[in-house]
Amino acid sequence: MSGAISFLDANLAIDLALLAMLVVLAAAIAMTRKLLAAILLMGVYSLVSAVWLVVMDAPDVAFTEAVVGAGVSTIVLLGAILLTRAEAEKTGWGRLIAPALIAVATGALLVYAALDLPSFGDPTSPANAYVGRTYLEVASRDTGAANVVTAVLASYRGFDTLGETTVIFAAGVGVALALGFGERAAPASRLMAGATGDHNVVLRVAAKLLIPIIALFAFYVQFHGDLGPGGGFQAGVILAVAVILHALVFGLRETMTAVKPSFARGVAALGVLLYSGIGVVCIVNGGGFLDYGHLFTAEIEAQIPPGLLGDPGATHHWGQHFGIFFIELGVLFTVAATMVTIFYGFAGRSPGGEAKL
Amino acid sequence: MSFLLDHLNYVAVVVLMMGGLFIVFSSGNLIKRMVGLAIFQTSTGLFYISLAKVSGGTAPIMINAASKEGQALAAELDLAYVAAHGLDGVVYSNPLPHVLILTAIVVGVSTLAVGLAIAVRLREAYGTLEADEIAALDRETPKSTGAGP
Repeated sequence: MSGAISFLDANLAIDLALLAMLVVLAAAIAMTRKLLAAILLMGVYSLVSAVWLVVMDAPDVAFTEAVVGAGVSTIVLLGAILLTRAEAEKTGWGRLIAPALIAVATGALLVYAALDLPSFGDPTSPANAYVGRTYLEVASRDTGAANVVTAVLASYRGFDTLGETTVIFAAGVGVALALGFGERAAPASRLMAGATGDHNVVLRVAAKLLIPIIALFAFYVQFHGDLGPGGGFQAGVILAVAVILHALVFGLRETMTAVKPSFARGVAALGVLLYSGIGVVCIVNGGGFLDYGHLFTAEIEAQIPPGLLGDPGATHHWGQHFGIFFIELGVLFTVAATMVTIFYGFAGRSPGGEAKL
Repeated sequence: MSFLLDHLNYVAVVVLMMGGLFIVFSSGNLIKRMVGLAIFQTSTGLFYISLAKVSGGTAPIMINAASKEGQALAAELDLAYVAAHGLDGVVYSNPLPHVLILTAIVVGVSTLAVGLAIAVRLREAYGTLEADEIAALDRETPKSTGAGP
């Protein structure tokens, strides 16, 4: 067992160093009154926690945290302070005592409870020994996907993921209801013009080079999701970031000509429809909702050439394979289009409110 | 000492959670509160992922134990340990919490956007983002619905 311990120690040192950085960053965010600083520190916090997640063997989650935490949520927060004010009021020392006491009391109770938890990294802990273990044993055989996280996300817990996709769509609708779709974008919106002028040439050239590569990378992440880290959620956010980068550099008006707000909201709804449509097709073909084994009838399955995905000798789970493919596509549509819709909502507004017509 | 090391990860996550909770309660500014809530939420995710870690494990993406990577991983570990907790010669971490947290992060940014959108509307209606000033304005004009034009 000595080999295991030395391996663990090296891992543990990196793990604790990163956690210490996170604690320092959280403290810095708590102390600062400048909202811009707090938001940028939050981006750094997300990146550090993404690195920590890689150390914890969770590359899929790390990927998501990096693109969402450091990318989209920073942009949304910046959009919000652009419309409001970049500084918080000073809070008196006396007002900090009660919150500090509440936080310390809650923390103390949780630490007391945490000491009863199984040791960190225990392979026989209840969390690791039963259902997670079973997924590892059966996922690859059942679905043909090497990445167990994708198999669980898209197949075993497909219903759960449908709910989450719907929540994201609903959040997009919520932002649109509060801030509008950005269609009648106020001319006073600070993002209307983009980075014009001679001193932004480098920015424009670099963005022009980067945007196609970012979009291409999004599709790689999307279609490679069952073999390596990635999938619809990550790819959707990366694709949205390509659109947002275009808007930041070339101006909102240019971007809205390329990706119309009405197109974005249509695609967001289409994604949820595609996802639940796959579920209904499974019911029509005699299975349960999202039961990919019944996605294709036997006649259709017989017509799929055995060499379609390479190696003709290997067993292919066509229903599972195409089921995961299509619902991941639905997730991509909804996530990417919702993020763009949210961005349009924030960016299309002027600081004083909607343009008085 | 070993007992403390075994649980240090959980304690660190609890400290992060305390930081988030403190920001939510202490800050009057609505956007700062949202940032605190995001830290709080991330700490919950980190706790789940901590629980999912298996000593000497690797990411839950199936690899062949006979491949170079598989052998390099196995070389770090005891044979009996791999036989007891591994799958076809490779030890993997638990994939299930990864799935839960992955989707929770994306849902988290969507709900953050909704919260910020409401904060922006509040600022337009009240001219401030400080929770106590908004409450004071509400007390002054009890008939007002607080909604913008």
